[in-house]
Amino acid sequence: MNGNSPLLRFWDEFVENRVALAAFLLVVAIVGIAALAPIVAPQDPYDLASLALADARRPPGFVGSKGFTHWLGTDAQGRDLLSAILYGLRVSLQVGLAAGAFAFAVGATLGAVAAFAGGRTESFIMRFIDLQLSFPAILLALVLAAVLGQGKWQLVTALVTAQYAYFARTAHGAAAAERAKDYVMAALSTPLSARRVVFRHILPNCLPPLIVVATVQVANSIALEATLSFLGLGLPVTEPSLGMLIANGFQYMLSGRYWISIYPGVALIVLIVAINLVGDQIRDQLNPRLRR
Amino acid sequence: MREATVKMSVLLGTIFNPARRLPGGQAFDGDMLGYFLQRLAQALVVMLVISALVFAGVYGIGNPIDVLLSPDATQAIREATIKAYGLDQPLWVQYRDFLLRLAAGDFGRSFVFNMPVLELILSRLPATLELTLLAVFGATFAGVPLGMYAGYRPDGIAARAIMAFSVLGFSVPTFWIGLVLILTFAVTLGWLPAGGRGETADLFGVPFSFLTLDGWSYLALPALNLSLFKFAMMVRLARAGTRETMLGDAVKFARAAGESEWTILHRHVLRLIAIPIVTVFGLEFGSTLAFAVVTETIFSWPGVGKLIIDSISSLDRPVMVAYLMLVAFLFILINFLVDIAYAALDPRLRAARAR
Repeated sequence: MNGNSPLLRFWDEFVENRVALAAFLLVVAIVGIAALAPIVAPQDPYDLASLALADARRPPGFVGSKGFTHWLGTDAQGRDLLSAILYGLRVSLQVGLAAGAFAFAVGATLGAVAAFAGGRTESFIMRFIDLQLSFPAILLALVLAAVLGQGKWQLVTALVTAQYAYFARTAHGAAAAERAKDYVMAALSTPLSARRVVFRHILPNCLPPLIVVATVQVANSIALEATLSFLGLGLPVTEPSLGMLIANGFQYMLSGRYWISIYPGVALIVLIVAINLVGDQIRDQLNPRLRR
Repeated sequence: MREATVKMSVLLGTIFNPARRLPGGQAFDGDMLGYFLQRLAQALVVMLVISALVFAGVYGIGNPIDVLLSPDATQAIREATIKAYGLDQPLWVQYRDFLLRLAAGDFGRSFVFNMPVLELILSRLPATLELTLLAVFGATFAGVPLGMYAGYRPDGIAARAIMAFSVLGFSVPTFWIGLVLILTFAVTLGWLPAGGRGETADLFGVPFSFLTLDGWSYLALPALNLSLFKFAMMVRLARAGTRETMLGDAVKFARAAGESEWTILHRHVLRLIAIPIVTVFGLEFGSTLAFAVVTETIFSWPGVGKLIIDSISSLDRPVMVAYLMLVAFLFILINFLVDIAYAALDPRLRAARAR
């Protein structure tokens, strides 16, 4: 890569904002540690044989019957909370990224196709999307999660359905602007198929605003998943995400055993806020009005 | 920050964009009655489609018979119950009957509470309404002045603190804020109760918490929880509007006329930024009802939101269908009114009518 590539310049500018850089490193660290959870976690929280009821609901710093210290305490089943959080982060990230990616694909395609096709197709697609945007995403996800039942893919489907409209809206706006430009006219005057023009010419030029929406929406899916799991409509109990860990600890909070809920919550908030800070910086850098 | 930023830009785009096409897609040609009827027909079609989707979706979950009967019920009782609730009919017959009953104002009976659904929802509605109204009004009356201040002195320390707080309100999930509020004010400090509705007093025969001092102590935390998101939104709206207006001619001339800064702010700036704020206030009122689901569950607030979560987990289908239909109706009504109001108020469109 030579020193003047746009990507490198983008990175140089990004690094100038210390807060955004710290947030970015934090996100990388969290993703890394979640991916390596089976190796770094002191205990496999899904292995019921390794749990001892005598260790249940112990405060942080308690040395359990297995001989190691539970730095963040244990939950109602005697699970080491640090391990449970690491595995929970894994689940939350998987769901958030999968939902973000699918919503991106569906929304960007719909928006770009609508802008390209114009006429009745465009007004039909966009009116449907506007209608959906007027309903709160959380309510839609809530209903779908309830209708589809528990499970990872059901949950991802619910999140994608609730969120693709934001991508479609953004892609439509960007693609409609690109559609009128000369290079699209030029591409259309050649025997290239319409599909190729949409996916190889128009969409790549719509990526910048879509990337901003994508970062925000991944954070958003993680928060939404946690909310649904907290309400008992998300993932099955066998694979507790952060939201479910928080929900499980909620009943013990009133008796002062705060750590079962609070630590998974802190992990969740740090993740969401870090992703949002990275997204904010990318948005500012891509915003032509703020360009130096 | 969360969906709100995206949503807000969509909202502001439709409010401020001078080249905006009318919502609904059709060009408005000055015929108010025709436009009204057209939008009304559209709203009815949308309502019908949503009712079909909701009905089909909700009736796809589980088997309500397992919830209604104990596992050791005899086959005869089982069949009688299935017949009594019409669950033996094909889905489209159930839907047709449902629509017919709906037209007659009958939403069916709750499986679990064994009472008419409409009555059940109406009995829970006052609790949700008082919570939502308090949250929305609180957020507006606190958020707009603070946002205006942040827009008036954008570089001050106080403005930065206000904005940082609003970022927090946007990015931290509502349920988590609720937990922290309970842990801080109910568990650790012990100042306020953690859940429930407290003592109520009757107004027109309906119990309300805000009429008693005890009720206020129960209302405070959930209302605060529910309002934070709206508060953050109001702060941002007011700040953006104020920054823009302060640079405009209206303020320049008002200053030249020797008016005090305070007069300029509350007499000119506030009036100029009021239109988008009122619009968002109306549009967002509905979504506050949706967020109330989360808040009511955390604080065991006996409103409609808690009812819907309970009925989802107990597969109480008539309640779910009725709740979703009412929410859909509410949203379609709000959007319909906003469309009509735009058509009636927009000066460019008024001019088109006069021609």
